[in-house]
Amino acid sequence: MNNLPINPLSCATEGAGGPTGTWRSHRPVIDPAKCTGCLLCWIWCPEGVIAKEDRSINYDYCKGCGLCAKECPAHAITMIKEADHE
Amino acid sequence: MAYNFKEVMNRPDRLASGHRMCAGCGAPIAVRAVLKAIKPEDHAVICSATCCLEVSTCMYPYTSWKDSFIHSAFENAGATICGVEAAHRSLAAQGKAPQNYKFLAFGGDGGTYDIGFQSLSGAMERNQDMVYVCYDNGAYMNTGIQRSSATPKYADTTTSATGKASAGKQQNRKDLTEIIAAHHVPYAAQTTFIGNLKDLYEKAEKAIYTPGAAFLNVMAPCPRGWRYETEDIMEICKMAVETCYWPLYEVENDVWKINYEPKNKRPIEDFLKTQGRFKHLFKKGNEELIAEIQRDVDARWELLLKKAK
Repeated sequence: MNNLPINPLSCATEGAGGPTGTWRSHRPVIDPAKCTGCLLCWIWCPEGVIAKEDRSINYDYCKGCGLCAKECPAHAITMIKEADHE
Repeated sequence: MAYNFKEVMNRPDRLASGHRMCAGCGAPIAVRAVLKAIKPEDHAVICSATCCLEVSTCMYPYTSWKDSFIHSAFENAGATICGVEAAHRSLAAQGKAPQNYKFLAFGGDGGTYDIGFQSLSGAMERNQDMVYVCYDNGAYMNTGIQRSSATPKYADTTTSATGKASAGKQQNRKDLTEIIAAHHVPYAAQTTFIGNLKDLYEKAEKAIYTPGAAFLNVMAPCPRGWRYETEDIMEICKMAVETCYWPLYEVENDVWKINYEPKNKRPIEDFLKTQGRFKHLFKKGNEELIAEIQRDVDARWELLLKKAK
């Protein structure tokens, strides 16, 4: 974010609010074996951090609300405590 | 106008991630879905009243909005977007601006139901080609959960506290969608997040591509103010619709249409118990308050059914 060019026009940028992923206490982890690719998590995600192509999650900005894990029809997403993650 | 989820999926996001809305906030879900309804080849000018959405998506010099964005004051988002629309109409007629621009305003319930109401009413009456989207989270969440005229009766907020002397907000909730419908605008609708957001998307598309003024009222729960766990948002929206607390309906050229009628209308407790702001209603001695809310919901639903017939 600090590398943005100085410009009289403000261009839309990811992370306009900073690295919001640091707010997260739990991270969603998708099990690709269970994921059916229905993409409901993608349309619901308030952050828009789930990529529709490969369902990868951008952890720089995911705030860990857990909506995707709760609502996933295939139960393919689990919330893991950040402290327990590697 | 059919909802083709696959086609919608291929549309780019018009709101960048990494904005500062709270985790699990309903407003960005509404914004992402509404902006998806704009055809990729069309441009948009978006105006936002002062609200959670505004303060967390355009912190100078950064912005999360990929379209042109104007921050307006609390009380005049409706007037601002009308001004932009009028300017664009003139420039387009002179051949100085492309035709394919859409004009949207976003506001929270405080900026829409209360402070921005006169400019919104004026905008609706002038019937300029714009869409006003209210994301209704039922209080002034941005400044610390103060009650607004969209706060439901008996909800706990910081200015309608619960205790021995009071059981939350004592006044009724204003029904803004019906007020806007009474402006006889081409399109007014009320929706929330259900299933794959088909209802929200279709209404947004109709609102954006109907010539003239359109209004969309989207219930967008707030985990902080409503006091629930962030992941429960879809459940709360579902219960709001199933209990008929927040019916899904639209008014197109004065024709009322209910988009979803629950087969078995659920008791209002199913909606109330999902949220901490109604916790006090489940204490002993407050049964009458819940019964009163139920009577109000039933009466409003009956009225709506009559209008839609």
